[in-house]
Amino acid sequence: MISNRVVITGLGVCAPNGIDLATFTHSIKNGISGITHQPDLETLGFSCQIAGKPQLSDEKVAEYFSPLELRNLNSTGIIYGVIAGLDAWKDAGLEKSANEEPDWESGTIFGTGTSGIDKFRWAINKIDDMEIRKLGSSVVVQTMASGVSAFIAGKLGLGNQVSTNSAACATGVESILLAYDRIKSGRAKRMLAGSTSDSGPYIWGGFDAMKVCTFKHNHEPKKGSRPMSATASGFVPGSGAGAMVLESLESALSRKAKIYAEVLGGDLNSGGQRGLGTMTAPNPVAVQRCIKKAIENAGIRADEIEVINGHLTATTKDALEIENWKAALNRSKDDFPYINSLKGLVGHCISAAGSIESVASVLQLSEGFIFPNINCEDLNPAITDLVDQSRIPQRLIYKPFNFLAKASFGFGDVNACIILKKYHYE
Amino acid sequence: MNKEEIIAELKTIIKPYSEETAAFESIDEDTDFLTDLKINSANLVDIVLDIEEKFNIEIDNDSMAKMLTVKATVEVIESKRGNGGQ
Repeated sequence: MISNRVVITGLGVCAPNGIDLATFTHSIKNGISGITHQPDLETLGFSCQIAGKPQLSDEKVAEYFSPLELRNLNSTGIIYGVIAGLDAWKDAGLEKSANEEPDWESGTIFGTGTSGIDKFRWAINKIDDMEIRKLGSSVVVQTMASGVSAFIAGKLGLGNQVSTNSAACATGVESILLAYDRIKSGRAKRMLAGSTSDSGPYIWGGFDAMKVCTFKHNHEPKKGSRPMSATASGFVPGSGAGAMVLESLESALSRKAKIYAEVLGGDLNSGGQRGLGTMTAPNPVAVQRCIKKAIENAGIRADEIEVINGHLTATTKDALEIENWKAALNRSKDDFPYINSLKGLVGHCISAAGSIESVASVLQLSEGFIFPNINCEDLNPAITDLVDQSRIPQRLIYKPFNFLAKASFGFGDVNACIILKKYHYE
Repeated sequence: MNKEEIIAELKTIIKPYSEETAAFESIDEDTDFLTDLKINSANLVDIVLDIEEKFNIEIDNDSMAKMLTVKATVEVIESKRGNGGQ
Protein backbone atom coordinates (compact mmCIF):
# COMPACT_ATOMS: atom_id res chain seq x y z
CA MET A 1 0.00 0.00 0.00
CA ILE A 2 1.30 3.45 -0.92
CA SER A 3 2.09 5.68 2.05
CA ASN A 4 3.74 8.93 1.05
CA ARG A 5 5.20 11.38 3.53
CA VAL A 6 3.45 14.73 3.18
CA VAL A 7 5.13 18.11 3.53
CA ILE A 8 4.08 21.73 3.35
CA THR A 9 5.79 23.68 0.58
CA GLY A 10 3.74 26.85 0.25
CA LEU A 11 1.78 29.22 2.49
CA GLY A 12 -0.75 31.94 1.74
CA VAL A 13 -2.90 34.06 3.99
CA CYS A 14 -5.44 36.86 3.82
CA ALA A 15 -6.03 37.76 7.45
CA PRO A 16 -7.35 40.74 9.40
CA ASN A 17 -3.80 41.55 10.57
CA GLY A 18 -2.00 40.86 7.30
CA ILE A 19 -3.09 40.25 3.72
CA ASP A 20 0.20 38.68 2.69
CA LEU A 21 2.55 36.22 4.36
CA ALA A 22 5.28 38.75 5.27
CA THR A 23 2.88 41.19 6.93
CA PHE A 24 1.04 38.40 8.72
CA THR A 25 4.32 36.95 10.04
CA HIS A 26 5.38 40.36 11.32
CA SER A 27 1.98 40.88 12.96
CA ILE A 28 1.87 37.57 14.82
CA LYS A 29 5.44 37.97 16.08
CA ASN A 30 4.73 41.45 17.37
CA GLY A 31 1.24 40.93 18.72
CA ILE A 32 -0.36 43.27 16.18
CA SER A 33 -4.13 43.01 16.25
CA GLY A 34 -6.36 43.20 13.18
CA ILE A 35 -9.55 43.87 15.14
CA THR A 36 -11.25 47.14 14.22
CA HIS A 37 -14.49 48.97 14.87
CA GLN A 38 -17.13 48.20 12.20
CA PRO A 39 -19.44 51.16 11.52
CA ASP A 40 -21.94 48.95 9.66
CA LEU A 41 -22.37 46.70 12.71
CA GLU A 42 -22.95 49.76 14.89
CA THR A 43 -25.52 51.17 12.47
CA LEU A 44 -27.35 47.84 12.44
CA GLY A 45 -27.50 47.71 16.24
CA PHE A 46 -25.19 44.74 16.78
CA SER A 47 -24.19 44.00 20.36
CA CYS A 48 -20.65 43.35 19.15
CA GLN A 49 -19.51 46.19 16.89
CA ILE A 50 -15.91 45.10 16.41
CA ALA A 51 -14.54 42.45 14.08
CA GLY A 52 -11.52 41.17 12.20
CA LYS A 53 -11.64 41.84 8.47
CA PRO A 54 -8.80 41.76 5.93
CA GLN A 55 -8.02 45.27 4.68
CA LEU A 56 -8.01 44.93 0.89
CA SER A 57 -7.67 47.67 -1.70
CA ASP A 58 -9.43 47.44 -5.07
CA GLU A 59 -5.99 47.34 -6.70
CA LYS A 60 -5.00 44.29 -4.68
CA VAL A 61 -8.20 42.42 -5.55
CA ALA A 62 -7.75 43.32 -9.24
CA GLU A 63 -4.43 41.43 -9.24
CA TYR A 64 -6.32 38.18 -8.70
CA PHE A 65 -9.50 38.54 -10.78
CA SER A 66 -10.25 39.45 -14.40
CA PRO A 67 -12.17 42.68 -15.11
CA LEU A 68 -15.19 40.58 -16.07
CA GLU A 69 -15.08 38.60 -12.81
CA LEU A 70 -14.75 41.85 -10.87
CA ARG A 71 -17.89 43.34 -12.42
CA ASN A 72 -20.30 41.30 -10.35
CA LEU A 73 -18.04 39.98 -7.63
CA ASN A 74 -19.77 40.22 -4.27
CA SER A 75 -18.37 37.32 -2.28
CA THR A 76 -15.74 38.30 0.25
CA GLY A 77 -15.05 34.65 1.05
CA ILE A 78 -14.15 33.88 -2.56
CA ILE A 79 -11.92 36.97 -2.72
CA TYR A 80 -10.04 36.00 0.46
CA GLY A 81 -9.78 32.36 -0.59
CA VAL A 82 -8.45 33.12 -4.07
CA ILE A 83 -5.85 35.55 -2.67
CA ALA A 84 -4.62 33.07 -0.03
CA GLY A 85 -4.77 30.11 -2.41
CA LEU A 86 -2.95 31.71 -5.32
CA ASP A 87 -0.36 33.19 -2.96
CA ALA A 88 0.31 29.75 -1.45
CA TRP A 89 0.71 28.26 -4.92
CA LYS A 90 3.17 30.96 -5.90
CA ASP A 91 5.00 30.67 -2.59
CA ALA A 92 5.49 26.96 -3.33
CA GLY A 93 7.22 27.93 -6.57
CA LEU A 94 4.42 26.47 -8.65
CA GLU A 95 3.02 27.94 -11.84
CA LYS A 96 -0.54 28.25 -13.07
CA SER A 97 -1.14 25.57 -15.68
CA ALA A 98 -0.75 27.63 -18.85
CA ASN A 99 -1.56 25.05 -21.49
CA GLU A 100 -4.80 23.28 -22.39
CA GLU A 101 -3.95 20.23 -20.30
CA PRO A 102 -5.14 20.35 -16.67
CA ASP A 103 -2.57 19.60 -13.98
CA TRP A 104 -3.87 16.10 -13.21
CA GLU A 105 -1.59 15.62 -10.21
CA SER A 106 -2.75 18.75 -8.36
CA GLY A 107 -6.07 19.45 -6.67
CA THR A 108 -7.62 21.49 -3.90
CA ILE A 109 -9.78 21.01 -0.86
CA PHE A 110 -10.81 24.51 0.11
CA GLY A 111 -13.45 24.78 2.77
CA THR A 112 -16.01 27.34 3.79
CA GLY A 113 -19.09 27.67 5.96
CA THR A 114 -21.18 29.76 3.58
CA SER A 115 -20.36 31.29 0.24
CA GLY A 116 -21.12 34.73 -1.10
CA ILE A 117 -23.58 35.67 1.59
CA ASP A 118 -23.78 39.29 0.31
CA LYS A 119 -24.36 38.01 -3.21
CA PHE A 120 -27.06 35.72 -1.92
CA ARG A 121 -28.79 38.59 -0.15
CA TRP A 122 -28.67 40.67 -3.34
CA ALA A 123 -30.15 37.79 -5.35
CA ILE A 124 -32.91 37.15 -2.80
CA ASN A 125 -33.91 40.81 -2.87
CA LYS A 126 -34.00 40.80 -6.69
CA ILE A 127 -36.19 37.71 -6.71
CA ASP A 128 -38.58 39.16 -4.14
CA ASP A 129 -38.75 42.36 -6.18
CA MET A 130 -39.95 40.32 -9.18
CA GLU A 131 -36.63 40.85 -10.97
CA ILE A 132 -35.44 37.27 -11.32
CA ARG A 133 -34.24 38.00 -14.87
CA LYS A 134 -31.68 40.47 -13.57
CA LEU A 135 -29.68 37.89 -11.62
CA GLY A 136 -27.40 37.19 -14.56
CA SER A 137 -24.92 34.32 -14.57
CA SER A 138 -22.82 35.19 -11.54
CA VAL A 139 -25.12 34.21 -8.66
CA VAL A 140 -24.72 30.44 -8.75
CA VAL A 141 -20.94 30.33 -8.98
CA GLN A 142 -20.54 32.78 -6.11
CA THR A 143 -23.15 31.29 -3.79
CA MET A 144 -22.53 27.58 -4.32
CA ALA A 145 -20.56 26.29 -1.35
CA SER A 146 -17.81 25.06 -3.65
CA GLY A 147 -17.47 28.45 -5.36
CA VAL A 148 -14.12 29.13 -3.71
CA SER A 149 -12.52 25.85 -4.78
CA ALA A 150 -14.00 26.24 -8.26
CA PHE A 151 -12.54 29.75 -8.69
CA ILE A 152 -9.12 28.64 -7.43
CA ALA A 153 -9.04 25.49 -9.55
CA GLY A 154 -9.95 27.43 -12.68
CA LYS A 155 -7.22 29.97 -12.13
CA LEU A 156 -4.57 27.31 -11.49
CA GLY A 157 -5.82 24.67 -13.94
CA LEU A 158 -6.09 21.97 -11.26
CA GLY A 159 -7.07 18.55 -12.58
CA ASN A 160 -7.17 16.38 -9.46
CA GLN A 161 -9.88 16.45 -6.79
CA VAL A 162 -11.46 19.91 -6.51
CA SER A 163 -13.91 20.25 -3.67
CA THR A 164 -15.04 22.22 -0.65
CA ASN A 165 -15.35 20.78 2.83
CA SER A 166 -17.45 22.20 5.63
CA ALA A 167 -17.20 21.40 9.34
CA ALA A 168 -18.05 24.71 11.02
CA CYS A 169 -15.05 26.12 12.88
CA ALA A 170 -13.09 22.88 12.34
CA THR A 171 -13.25 23.35 8.55
CA GLY A 172 -9.69 24.63 8.06
CA VAL A 173 -7.96 21.84 9.94
CA GLU A 174 -10.24 19.30 8.32
CA SER A 175 -9.26 20.51 4.82
CA ILE A 176 -5.58 19.94 5.65
CA LEU A 177 -6.28 16.41 6.84
CA LEU A 178 -8.41 15.56 3.82
CA ALA A 179 -5.70 16.84 1.50
CA TYR A 180 -3.05 15.00 3.51
CA ASP A 181 -4.92 11.71 3.13
CA ARG A 182 -5.18 12.15 -0.63
CA ILE A 183 -1.44 12.65 -1.03
CA LYS A 184 -0.51 10.03 1.52
CA SER A 185 -2.53 7.42 -0.35
CA GLY A 186 -0.87 8.36 -3.64
CA ARG A 187 -3.94 9.77 -5.34
CA ALA A 188 -2.48 13.25 -5.79
CA LYS A 189 1.01 14.76 -5.74
CA ARG A 190 -0.03 18.19 -4.56
CA MET A 191 -3.15 19.54 -2.86
CA LEU A 192 -3.93 23.12 -2.00
CA ALA A 193 -5.59 22.93 1.41
CA GLY A 194 -7.30 25.91 2.93
CA SER A 195 -10.50 27.54 4.03
CA THR A 196 -12.22 30.89 3.92
CA SER A 197 -15.00 32.81 5.63
CA ASP A 198 -17.15 35.72 4.46
CA SER A 199 -17.14 39.10 6.20
CA GLY A 200 -19.97 41.30 7.28
CA PRO A 201 -23.23 41.58 9.19
CA TYR A 202 -25.01 38.72 7.41
CA ILE A 203 -22.44 36.14 8.40
CA TRP A 204 -21.78 37.51 11.88
CA GLY A 205 -25.40 38.37 12.78
CA GLY A 206 -26.38 34.87 13.83
CA PHE A 207 -23.51 34.68 16.30
CA ASP A 208 -24.34 38.13 17.66
CA ALA A 209 -27.91 36.99 18.26
CA MET A 210 -26.68 33.89 20.10
CA LYS A 211 -24.85 36.23 22.51
CA VAL A 212 -21.58 34.38 22.02
CA CYS A 213 -19.73 37.55 20.92
CA THR A 214 -18.37 40.14 23.33
CA PHE A 215 -20.23 43.43 23.70
CA LYS A 216 -17.91 44.95 26.26
CA HIS A 217 -15.13 46.27 24.06
CA ASN A 218 -16.80 48.30 21.31
CA HIS A 219 -14.80 51.33 22.42
CA GLU A 220 -11.45 49.45 22.43
CA PRO A 221 -11.42 47.00 19.51
CA LYS A 222 -7.85 45.79 19.96
CA LYS A 223 -8.54 44.78 23.56
CA GLY A 224 -11.74 42.95 22.64
CA SER A 225 -10.53 39.47 21.78
CA ARG A 226 -9.24 38.00 25.04
CA PRO A 227 -8.56 34.25 24.91
CA MET A 228 -7.60 32.77 28.30
CA SER A 229 -8.25 36.07 30.08
CA ALA A 230 -10.25 36.36 33.30
CA THR A 231 -12.20 39.09 31.53
CA ALA A 232 -12.90 37.07 28.36
CA SER A 233 -16.52 37.78 27.56
CA GLY A 234 -17.17 36.14 24.21
CA PHE A 235 -15.42 35.96 20.88
CA VAL A 236 -14.85 38.72 18.34
CA PRO A 237 -16.00 37.65 14.88
CA GLY A 238 -13.39 37.52 12.16
CA SER A 239 -12.96 36.59 8.52
CA GLY A 240 -10.31 35.88 5.92
CA ALA A 241 -8.60 32.82 4.49
CA GLY A 242 -5.53 30.69 4.93
CA ALA A 243 -4.01 28.20 2.51
CA MET A 244 -1.11 25.82 2.22
CA VAL A 245 0.33 23.61 -0.48
CA LEU A 246 0.66 20.02 0.69
CA GLU A 247 2.90 17.84 -1.39
CA SER A 248 4.44 14.40 -1.30
CA LEU A 249 7.96 14.54 0.10
CA GLU A 250 9.19 12.87 -3.07
CA SER A 251 7.64 15.55 -5.28
CA ALA A 252 8.92 18.37 -3.05
CA LEU A 253 12.48 17.00 -3.03
CA SER A 254 12.50 16.30 -6.77
CA ARG A 255 11.71 19.93 -7.56
CA LYS A 256 13.91 21.23 -4.74
CA ALA A 257 11.00 23.05 -3.12
CA LYS A 258 11.29 24.88 0.17
CA ILE A 259 9.83 22.64 2.88
CA TYR A 260 8.17 24.47 5.76
CA ALA A 261 7.12 21.46 7.82
CA GLU A 262 5.86 17.90 7.64
CA VAL A 263 2.28 16.86 8.35
CA LEU A 264 2.70 13.74 10.47
CA GLY A 265 -0.99 12.95 10.77
CA GLY A 266 -4.09 13.87 12.70
CA ASP A 267 -7.63 12.96 13.48
CA LEU A 268 -11.21 14.03 12.86
CA ASN A 269 -14.10 13.01 15.08
CA SER A 270 -17.34 14.09 16.70
CA GLY A 271 -18.76 13.90 20.17
CA GLY A 272 -22.04 12.81 18.65
CA GLN A 273 -23.84 15.49 20.69
CA ARG A 274 -23.90 12.94 23.48
CA GLY A 275 -22.69 13.28 27.06
CA LEU A 276 -21.76 16.95 27.57
CA GLY A 277 -21.70 17.50 23.81
CA THR A 278 -24.47 19.47 22.12
CA MET A 279 -24.93 21.25 18.83
CA THR A 280 -22.89 24.13 20.25
CA ALA A 281 -20.83 22.62 23.11
CA PRO A 282 -18.00 20.12 22.77
CA ASN A 283 -18.10 16.68 24.30
CA PRO A 284 -14.79 16.63 26.26
CA VAL A 285 -14.45 12.88 25.82
CA ALA A 286 -14.44 13.36 22.05
CA VAL A 287 -12.02 16.30 22.18
CA GLN A 288 -9.53 14.30 24.23
CA ARG A 289 -9.97 11.27 22.03
CA CYS A 290 -9.36 13.37 18.89
CA ILE A 291 -6.08 14.72 20.30
CA LYS A 292 -4.93 11.27 21.45
CA LYS A 293 -5.83 9.65 18.13
CA ALA A 294 -4.05 12.41 16.24
CA ILE A 295 -0.84 11.75 18.18
CA GLU A 296 -1.22 8.02 17.68
CA ASN A 297 -1.83 8.53 13.97
CA ALA A 298 1.26 10.75 13.76
CA GLY A 299 3.37 7.99 15.28
CA ILE A 300 4.79 10.09 18.10
CA ARG A 301 4.39 10.17 21.88
CA ALA A 302 2.18 12.64 23.75
CA ASP A 303 5.20 13.86 25.73
CA GLU A 304 6.89 15.00 22.51
CA ILE A 305 4.41 17.81 21.84
CA GLU A 306 6.21 21.09 22.56
CA VAL A 307 3.76 23.71 21.34
CA ILE A 308 -0.02 23.78 21.07
CA ASN A 309 -1.94 26.20 18.93
CA GLY A 310 -5.36 26.01 20.52
CA HIS A 311 -8.88 26.78 19.41
CA LEU A 312 -9.32 29.10 22.45
CA THR A 313 -12.01 31.51 21.33
CA ALA A 314 -12.22 33.78 24.42
CA THR A 315 -15.36 32.31 25.90
CA THR A 316 -15.93 30.49 29.17
CA LYS A 317 -14.95 27.28 27.36
CA ASP A 318 -11.24 28.21 27.22
CA ALA A 319 -10.50 26.58 30.59
CA LEU A 320 -12.29 23.42 29.54
CA GLU A 321 -10.16 23.27 26.39
CA ILE A 322 -6.95 23.55 28.43
CA GLU A 323 -8.23 20.83 30.73
CA ASN A 324 -8.86 18.61 27.69
CA TRP A 325 -5.36 19.18 26.31
CA LYS A 326 -3.86 18.47 29.72
CA ALA A 327 -5.77 15.21 30.09
CA ALA A 328 -5.18 14.08 26.49
CA LEU A 329 -1.43 14.76 26.69
CA ASN A 330 -1.21 13.48 30.29
CA ARG A 331 0.76 16.52 31.45
CA SER A 332 1.29 18.12 34.83
CA LYS A 333 0.85 21.81 35.59
CA ASP A 334 4.53 22.55 35.01
CA ASP A 335 5.40 20.39 32.01
CA PHE A 336 2.47 21.52 29.91
CA PRO A 337 3.54 22.56 26.37
CA TYR A 338 3.59 26.21 25.36
CA ILE A 339 0.10 27.17 24.22
CA ASN A 340 -1.16 30.12 22.25
CA SER A 341 -4.27 31.37 20.51
CA LEU A 342 -4.26 33.45 17.34
CA LYS A 343 -7.77 34.67 18.06
CA GLY A 344 -6.48 37.46 20.32
CA LEU A 345 -5.01 39.03 17.16
CA VAL A 346 -7.59 38.27 14.46
CA GLY A 347 -10.75 37.24 16.27
CA HIS A 348 -12.59 34.03 15.51
CA CYS A 349 -12.44 33.69 11.75
CA ILE A 350 -15.21 31.03 11.81
CA SER A 351 -14.70 28.58 8.93
CA ALA A 352 -11.32 30.20 8.10
CA ALA A 353 -10.03 29.98 11.67
CA GLY A 354 -8.41 26.56 11.33
CA SER A 355 -6.50 27.42 8.19
CA ILE A 356 -5.30 30.90 9.20
CA GLU A 357 -4.21 29.49 12.56
CA SER A 358 -2.52 26.55 10.84
CA VAL A 359 -0.52 28.96 8.67
CA ALA A 360 0.57 30.68 11.90
CA SER A 361 1.44 27.28 13.38
CA VAL A 362 3.59 26.30 10.40
CA LEU A 363 5.41 29.64 10.50
CA GLN A 364 6.25 29.07 14.17
CA LEU A 365 7.67 25.62 13.48
CA SER A 366 9.51 26.64 10.38
CA GLU A 367 11.11 29.79 11.80
CA GLY A 368 11.44 28.59 15.40
CA PHE A 369 9.33 31.06 17.37
CA ILE A 370 6.25 31.08 19.56
CA PHE A 371 4.03 34.08 18.97
CA PRO A 372 2.74 35.98 22.03
CA ASN A 373 -0.79 35.73 23.38
CA ILE A 374 -2.29 39.17 23.74
CA ASN A 375 -5.05 40.47 26.01
CA CYS A 376 -4.53 37.84 28.70
CA GLU A 377 -2.41 39.88 31.12
CA ASP A 378 -5.20 38.95 33.54
CA LEU A 379 -5.08 35.19 33.02
CA ASN A 380 -8.19 33.26 33.97
CA PRO A 381 -7.50 31.69 37.40
CA ALA A 382 -9.34 28.55 36.28
CA ILE A 383 -6.58 28.21 33.65
CA THR A 384 -3.61 29.05 35.90
CA ASP A 385 -4.91 26.42 38.30
CA LEU A 386 -4.39 23.92 35.49
CA VAL A 387 -1.15 25.07 33.89
CA ASP A 388 1.72 27.31 34.95
CA GLN A 389 1.46 30.79 33.51
CA SER A 390 4.92 30.45 31.96
CA ARG A 391 3.27 28.01 29.53
CA ILE A 392 1.12 30.83 28.15
CA PRO A 393 3.69 33.21 26.62
CA GLN A 394 2.78 36.88 26.46
CA ARG A 395 6.05 37.85 24.80
CA LEU A 396 7.55 36.52 21.60
CA ILE A 397 9.82 33.54 22.24
CA TYR A 398 12.50 32.51 19.77
CA LYS A 399 13.04 28.79 20.21
CA PRO A 400 13.58 26.02 17.70
CA PHE A 401 11.21 23.12 18.30
CA ASN A 402 10.04 20.01 16.50
CA PHE A 403 6.45 19.08 17.31
CA LEU A 404 3.30 21.19 17.28
CA ALA A 405 -0.32 20.17 17.78
CA LYS A 406 -3.09 22.28 16.27
CA ALA A 407 -6.76 21.66 16.92
CA SER A 408 -10.04 23.31 16.01
CA PHE A 409 -13.48 22.51 17.35
CA GLY A 410 -16.79 23.37 15.74
CA PHE A 411 -20.55 23.54 16.08
CA GLY A 412 -22.08 20.16 15.53
CA ASP A 413 -19.68 18.83 18.19
CA VAL A 414 -16.94 18.22 15.59
CA ASN A 415 -13.21 18.13 16.26
CA ALA A 416 -10.06 18.22 14.15
CA CYS A 417 -6.44 17.91 15.27
CA ILE A 418 -3.22 17.82 13.24
CA ILE A 419 0.33 17.11 14.27
CA LEU A 420 3.08 19.05 12.51
CA LYS A 421 6.82 18.45 12.63
CA LYS A 422 9.69 20.68 11.69
CA TYR A 423 11.37 19.35 8.58
CA HIS A 424 15.10 18.69 8.79
CA TYR A 425 16.84 18.35 5.45
CA GLU A 426 18.74 15.06 5.32
CA MET B 1 -29.79 55.06 -34.16
CA ASN B 2 -28.74 53.23 -37.33
CA LYS B 3 -27.34 49.75 -37.67
CA GLU B 4 -23.69 50.89 -37.56
CA GLU B 5 -24.32 52.85 -34.39
CA ILE B 6 -26.04 49.87 -32.79
CA ILE B 7 -23.08 47.63 -33.70
CA ALA B 8 -20.67 50.18 -32.23
CA GLU B 9 -22.63 50.17 -28.95
CA LEU B 10 -22.76 46.40 -29.05
CA LYS B 11 -18.98 46.23 -29.36
CA THR B 12 -18.45 48.14 -26.15
CA ILE B 13 -20.91 45.84 -24.39
CA ILE B 14 -19.27 42.64 -25.67
CA LYS B 15 -15.65 43.65 -25.17
CA PRO B 16 -15.20 42.41 -21.57
CA TYR B 17 -16.71 39.02 -22.40
CA SER B 18 -14.31 38.04 -25.19
CA GLU B 19 -10.62 37.29 -25.09
CA GLU B 20 -10.44 36.74 -28.86
CA THR B 21 -8.93 40.12 -29.63
CA ALA B 22 -8.49 39.61 -33.38
CA ALA B 23 -12.02 38.31 -33.91
CA PHE B 24 -13.35 41.12 -31.75
CA GLU B 25 -11.57 43.83 -33.75
CA SER B 26 -12.94 42.50 -37.04
CA ILE B 27 -16.49 42.17 -35.71
CA ASP B 28 -19.25 42.37 -38.36
CA GLU B 29 -22.84 41.25 -38.84
CA ASP B 30 -21.84 37.62 -39.37
CA THR B 31 -19.80 37.35 -36.18
CA ASP B 32 -20.99 34.49 -33.96
CA PHE B 33 -20.69 35.07 -30.21
CA LEU B 34 -19.82 31.50 -29.32
CA THR B 35 -17.79 30.21 -32.26
CA ASP B 36 -16.00 33.41 -33.30
CA LEU B 37 -15.70 35.39 -30.08
CA LYS B 38 -15.47 32.26 -27.86
CA ILE B 39 -17.76 33.85 -25.29
CA ASN B 40 -18.67 31.54 -22.43
CA SER B 41 -22.29 30.56 -23.14
CA ALA B 42 -23.19 31.27 -19.50
CA ASN B 43 -22.32 34.93 -20.16
CA LEU B 44 -24.90 35.34 -22.95
CA VAL B 45 -27.53 36.19 -20.34
CA ASP B 46 -25.24 38.87 -18.93
CA ILE B 47 -24.78 40.38 -22.38
CA VAL B 48 -28.56 40.47 -22.84
CA LEU B 49 -28.92 42.27 -19.49
CA ASP B 50 -26.29 44.81 -20.54
CA ILE B 51 -28.11 45.34 -23.86
CA GLU B 52 -31.45 45.85 -22.09
CA GLU B 53 -29.91 48.49 -19.89
CA LYS B 54 -28.01 50.25 -22.66
CA PHE B 55 -30.91 50.42 -25.11
CA ASN B 56 -33.64 50.70 -22.49
CA ILE B 57 -35.55 47.74 -23.86
CA GLU B 58 -36.84 44.46 -22.49
CA ILE B 59 -35.97 41.23 -24.26
CA ASP B 60 -38.26 38.22 -23.98
CA ASN B 61 -37.03 34.63 -23.71
CA ASP B 62 -37.78 33.76 -27.36
CA SER B 63 -35.84 36.75 -28.67
CA MET B 64 -33.00 36.03 -26.26
CA ALA B 65 -32.65 32.51 -27.65
CA LYS B 66 -32.00 33.97 -31.13
CA MET B 67 -29.26 36.35 -30.05
CA LEU B 68 -26.24 34.27 -30.99
CA THR B 69 -24.84 36.47 -33.77
CA VAL B 70 -24.35 40.19 -34.21
CA LYS B 71 -26.93 40.22 -37.02
CA ALA B 72 -29.67 38.50 -35.00
CA THR B 73 -28.90 40.68 -32.01
CA VAL B 74 -29.14 43.89 -34.00
CA GLU B 75 -32.49 42.71 -35.41
CA VAL B 76 -33.83 42.04 -31.92
CA ILE B 77 -32.64 45.44 -30.70
CA GLU B 78 -34.18 47.21 -33.70
CA SER B 79 -37.51 45.45 -33.33
CA LYS B 80 -37.73 46.12 -29.60
CA ARG B 81 -36.83 49.76 -30.06
CA GLY B 82 -39.52 50.01 -32.72
CA ASN B 83 -42.05 48.49 -30.33
CA GLY B 84 -42.06 51.16 -27.68
CA GLY B 85 -38.33 51.49 -27.06
CA GLN B 86 -37.11 55.03 -27.33
